[in-house]
Amino acid sequence: MSSPGNNQRLLAYVDALREGLAQEMQRDPRVFVFGLDVDDHKAIQGSTRGLVEAFGPERVFGTPLSEDAMTGVAIGAAMAGMRPVHVHIRMDFLMLCMNQLINIAAKSRYMYDGQVKVPLVVRSMIGKSWGQGAQHSQGLHAMFMHVPGLKVVAPSNAFDAKGCLIHAIRDDNPVIFVEHRLLYFTDAYVPEEPFEVAFGKARICTRGDDITIVGISNMLVESLRAHELLLETGIHAEVIDPISLVPLDIDTIVQSAQRTRRLLVVDNAWTNCGASAEIVARVVEHASNGTPIQIKRMGYAPTTCPTTPVLEREFYPDPVKIAETAYAMARPGAAGWKPVAEAAELAYQAKFRGPF
Amino acid sequence: MNESLAKSVEIERHDIERIYRSLRQIRRAEEEIARVYPSDKIKSPVHLSIGQESVAVGVCDVLRPDDVVSPTYRGHAAYLAKGAPMRGLFAELYGKATGVAGGKGGSMHLIDMTHNVTGASAVVGTTIPIAVGFALTFKRMHNDRVAVAFFGDGATEEGVFAECLNFASLHKLPILFVCENNFYAIHTPITRRWATQRLCERIETYGIPAHCIEDGDVFKLRETAGGAIARLRRGEGPEFIECRSYRWLEHVGPNEDFDAGYRARSEQEPWLRNDQVVRVGALLPPDRRAAIDLEIEQEIEDAVAFAESSPFPEASALLTNVFAGQ
Repeated sequence: MSSPGNNQRLLAYVDALREGLAQEMQRDPRVFVFGLDVDDHKAIQGSTRGLVEAFGPERVFGTPLSEDAMTGVAIGAAMAGMRPVHVHIRMDFLMLCMNQLINIAAKSRYMYDGQVKVPLVVRSMIGKSWGQGAQHSQGLHAMFMHVPGLKVVAPSNAFDAKGCLIHAIRDDNPVIFVEHRLLYFTDAYVPEEPFEVAFGKARICTRGDDITIVGISNMLVESLRAHELLLETGIHAEVIDPISLVPLDIDTIVQSAQRTRRLLVVDNAWTNCGASAEIVARVVEHASNGTPIQIKRMGYAPTTCPTTPVLEREFYPDPVKIAETAYAMARPGAAGWKPVAEAAELAYQAKFRGPF
Repeated sequence: MNESLAKSVEIERHDIERIYRSLRQIRRAEEEIARVYPSDKIKSPVHLSIGQESVAVGVCDVLRPDDVVSPTYRGHAAYLAKGAPMRGLFAELYGKATGVAGGKGGSMHLIDMTHNVTGASAVVGTTIPIAVGFALTFKRMHNDRVAVAFFGDGATEEGVFAECLNFASLHKLPILFVCENNFYAIHTPITRRWATQRLCERIETYGIPAHCIEDGDVFKLRETAGGAIARLRRGEGPEFIECRSYRWLEHVGPNEDFDAGYRARSEQEPWLRNDQVVRVGALLPPDRRAAIDLEIEQEIEDAVAFAESSPFPEASALLTNVFAGQ
């Protein structure tokens, strides 16, 4: 993220999404936004608020509960020259869209040998806490990373949310746009004017020589907090935000990990066949200077997300767990260290009072 | 169909010639595919429309070049009926670089956007919402183009079909849904798949006018489609046509399969007697018909030679067009 400058102000993630969308709709009449409840009074937690008033019901409209067909309609409209933004209030609902996303959106450019393009943005939000549970909390980005033809981006802050959304809308390919409910509360300095955050360029958020921590989606925020906790032990973590997962800027991660010789990848998802597995595998493949790199991954516990807070706390990585894991990697054999749990609680977690 | 019926639906001589040419072109192209197939030069599964040509021809004959059709994996007929090139078809089946999809799509993924033929899919029902997306775009652009979604009886069982009917009717989209009902999903008959046979009644509950052409008559279908298309252009909302037809060959491949045991040859007999290629051809003077036939033979011969002599794609083509803009 850039530091505050001209025309920049603190903006919440949710408002950055709305602003980026509105500016693109203003710029390009081909852009339209649709999906369940995009035009109701809740307006996808505010991220589509005011759009129907500004752009009318032809360009902003709710849909029947027909995710499969609506995804196909979006793909068809994209092939016909429009630039649809299809919104899903939970990423879990993308499972209803898989046939269209995997068999048509991802493949059309290739199997029709360039005769069509699919400039489609699929916005989806990962939920967490207040009993979101098994089917309102899944980070499923790795499923989409697996299939060639889809781009996957998971902005962790308001600046990237706006810049990535604008870039996604202007991209001629289908983009799976991964949002996180708790990030909606977070602020960052964001330019007023439209701008793009290009895909395929990771950001080094903190400089450090002791360990490289890659944080995906909201786990970037939690990793940054872990970085602060680690400072009291004298460990300097280099925290990296990949921003986009397809394309993935593996070079930045490899260079960092070769220097720190320790890599911890923290994903807001399961580790099994996940984004963390892919990042680790590519680092191992690309590392070239012969330096052994100690590797560790963190993610959801290998089970379904429970609803009760007591079990849910165990399910997710958090700043304390991340810091402890990083400490154990950077200080092998040292006595155990445990940061004060209260100091690790994140404001965005405290702000969320449900229900959705 | 006889001369008097042809007159009663105001079919002109040049209409008959054009319709015959299209029917015969598809029939002969697919017979040629079946003839070549055992040579293994065609590296693609082929789902042939022999016996079902009138569905694509009857509908496409009333379309404008800027209207869009969405074919299925049994799509050679719709592709050709919309005017897409014979050479690109054969070269695609041969896996050649000059095929419509550069050899990357094959028979099941035909496309020709220059003739507004959208890409076909090997997953049943999957292209129906794509066609609806085109129709949504036409409505948004306030033009009078229409989209036609072709699909089989099996596709009507997919949930996405019901979703599409509802959405298209809700938004009064300019789309014609055309169900090519050949009574079998691969080898499973409708009687083992449908709780009732009242397909048109089901469609009408969505507020969509539904028509049924029971005998594959290309002129009847053409007239029905023409009326529907005119209403679509006026913004009156989607319509549906069930076209009953019969697949003469196996589900996939160049051969008959009446000895497989799942259907009797006697089922085919009324459709053979009602062969639209023969019936429409009989309406033309023999010398005129012979001239058209000769042109078609030359076109197919040219396309086969083109496919045979075309190069395969370079290995570097493997990784092109994974993404747009690469």
